[in-house]
Amino acid sequence: MVTLALTNARVIDPLTGHDAPGHVVVADRAIVGIDAAIPADAEIIDCGGRIVAPALIDAGVFAADAPACLAGGIARVVLMPDRTPPLDEPALIEFAQRIGKPHVWVHPLAAATQGLAGVELAEIGLCSAAGAVGVATGRAAIADAGVMFRLMQYATAFDLVVVSHAENAALVAGAVATTGEFATRLGLPAAPAFAEAIAVARDLRLAAATGVRLHFRQVTTAEALDLIRAAKAAGTRVTCGVTPAHFLLADDAVAGYRTFARLSPPLRCDTDRRAVAAAIVDGTIDIVASGHEPRTMEDKRLPFADAAPGMVGAETLLALAASLVRDHGMTWGALLRAMTSTPAALFRLPGGRLAAGSPGDLIVFDPGAPWRIDAERGAAATGNTPFDGLPVQGQVMMTIKGGEIAWRR
Amino acid sequence: MIVATPPSATAGVHPFPHRDLLAIADLKPWEITLLLDEAETWVEVNRGLRKHDDRLAGLTLINAFFENSTRTLLSFEIAGKRLGADVVNMTVGASSVKKGETLLDTALTLDAMHPDMLVIRHGESGAVALIAAKVGCPVLNAGDGRHEHPTQALLDALTIRRRKGDIAGLTVAICGDILHSRVARSNFVLLASLGATVRAVAPPTLLAPDLDRMGVEVFTDMDAGLDGADVVMMLRLQRERMSGAYVPSTREYFHFYGLTAARLAAARSDVLVMHPGPMNRGVEIDSIVADDIVRSGVSEQVEMGVAVRMACLDVLTRTRRGVAGW
Repeated sequence: MVTLALTNARVIDPLTGHDAPGHVVVADRAIVGIDAAIPADAEIIDCGGRIVAPALIDAGVFAADAPACLAGGIARVVLMPDRTPPLDEPALIEFAQRIGKPHVWVHPLAAATQGLAGVELAEIGLCSAAGAVGVATGRAAIADAGVMFRLMQYATAFDLVVVSHAENAALVAGAVATTGEFATRLGLPAAPAFAEAIAVARDLRLAAATGVRLHFRQVTTAEALDLIRAAKAAGTRVTCGVTPAHFLLADDAVAGYRTFARLSPPLRCDTDRRAVAAAIVDGTIDIVASGHEPRTMEDKRLPFADAAPGMVGAETLLALAASLVRDHGMTWGALLRAMTSTPAALFRLPGGRLAAGSPGDLIVFDPGAPWRIDAERGAAATGNTPFDGLPVQGQVMMTIKGGEIAWRR
Repeated sequence: MIVATPPSATAGVHPFPHRDLLAIADLKPWEITLLLDEAETWVEVNRGLRKHDDRLAGLTLINAFFENSTRTLLSFEIAGKRLGADVVNMTVGASSVKKGETLLDTALTLDAMHPDMLVIRHGESGAVALIAAKVGCPVLNAGDGRHEHPTQALLDALTIRRRKGDIAGLTVAICGDILHSRVARSNFVLLASLGATVRAVAPPTLLAPDLDRMGVEVFTDMDAGLDGADVVMMLRLQRERMSGAYVPSTREYFHFYGLTAARLAAARSDVLVMHPGPMNRGVEIDSIVADDIVRSGVSEQVEMGVAVRMACLDVLTRTRRGVAGW
């Protein structure tokens, strides 16, 4: 095994708050320590003052797209169960863990219900034993409150986190946009933004009743964020996440029927967009993830309502999130926490920190490097990003997985 | 100040700088007026014995209808034939969409046959614009989902203009299923653009949100919505929306939102009653009102439809026909 010494770096460990010039030594697939003695045989990598941090953990993707993940500094992904077939039995969970290795480790979420149909519980205990790091309702909420209640009760037996989709199923049936001026002008079937608050309110109450650990993969409205803020203050074990699209784009992005901006949940009004950014900064939103979902042209070159939702985002996750540091005064440590140590703690994953003995998963990141997002030249399996052509600042220069250089620019 | 005069005298300004007609929202007020003026000239031709002009001779017009239509398709076919074009109709039942071909492949197939004009109707909002981006000829939107139906709004405007003289200053009440109606959206934009006061009258479940942002006054009480109206435009209530999902029953709908002679008394005495058809008599409109030869403009709307579509086909093909100044 090669020993690496990442020198001349700004070393950030989000978990401890360490942020200082120094170096990190990695040997035998694990971190030796910050500013540890550099062995004579170590390969020296001069980072030129750039940031060295734990590799990112992307909490909630729909595909284990290794090239895009490595180019985005992601070494571990939490995989949603919305696969064909859905990840609703132990054998599928075991298989899913192998699909990204060696360089991207996949931590699957088990389907909460059989076939993700929202009716009967799946074998979540056996799935957990097989390696599932949580259970998820999938792309849609479980419509039946009774099923959701029993799911949460049952999940507490295994201390499994329940990952819920925050949209009221009946209100959003058939909708592809958020109710508002743009949906009206474009003639798109739309659902009110409060469909999210209704779903969040129900699940928060059920979580309080059961004591389960509840995580909303995406919360995108001011109203629902207020509910979560209050629930956290009251001691409910709830966390939530969001993707960069919901703090950078609003519903005007669907003008011209741009299907790359067809997302689930749909883009919201600008007030909600700003509320999401503020909620990340104040810590109400715990996790920033990519929601990476490659879609082929056949899925996207369709009339808006027929097009499949979703966007690729693994490669651009950190560069887009970096706007929170520049424009909203977040510290790099706090932002990186939302993509490293917080998801690691929630899903009980190794990595996400620089403590001695932790997995040797690191990134070298240049926070100042300007570049332009180019859908056609991205590393992702497909180019369905609504940010095509956007100039961004901040670029991953190197991704190290298990003590080996898995990717470098 | 509404500017509805085409700046045709201004050097260097193209009178109609659009290859396609996809939405009224894309048009300036004077471009709408231009189409209405052009349509006016075809009304007399259509009333004559020899309803023919050969300006589109040799040009191929394809009417590609991905959604059922009888009246609009017929209107476009007649318009194309009266201008001398070779008109071909493709309807969804006979198309390869049923065989799994994607919409864009179908569009490219049509484009490869070198049409000079495509008239397209599709059930999804934005679908016609999607096709237009992929083909090499002018595209005319004959209705896309609940988005727009520009020629319907133009024929409505022409009907109103001929009856009332001018659109500016009129109060127009559009009543019925606003939420699912592309006719309503095109009319909101067009009528507001030409200076009318536009009202939307519907039960709350059939209103679209944020209509005030489009300059529309919203009424859920039909009597208040019709008060003082110069024009009442009724919309068709789709059969599948009548029984419970959006309104409890046709009986209740007619009771509160059906256009009867008694209810129409709130409007101005010279009110013009319109309906894009086909009408559900006894659901949204009473037969006495529908058949009122003085106040009903329904047949005239159909007549103006052919003239408007002739004007649109003419104007949109002028560039490729090499008409001087285009």
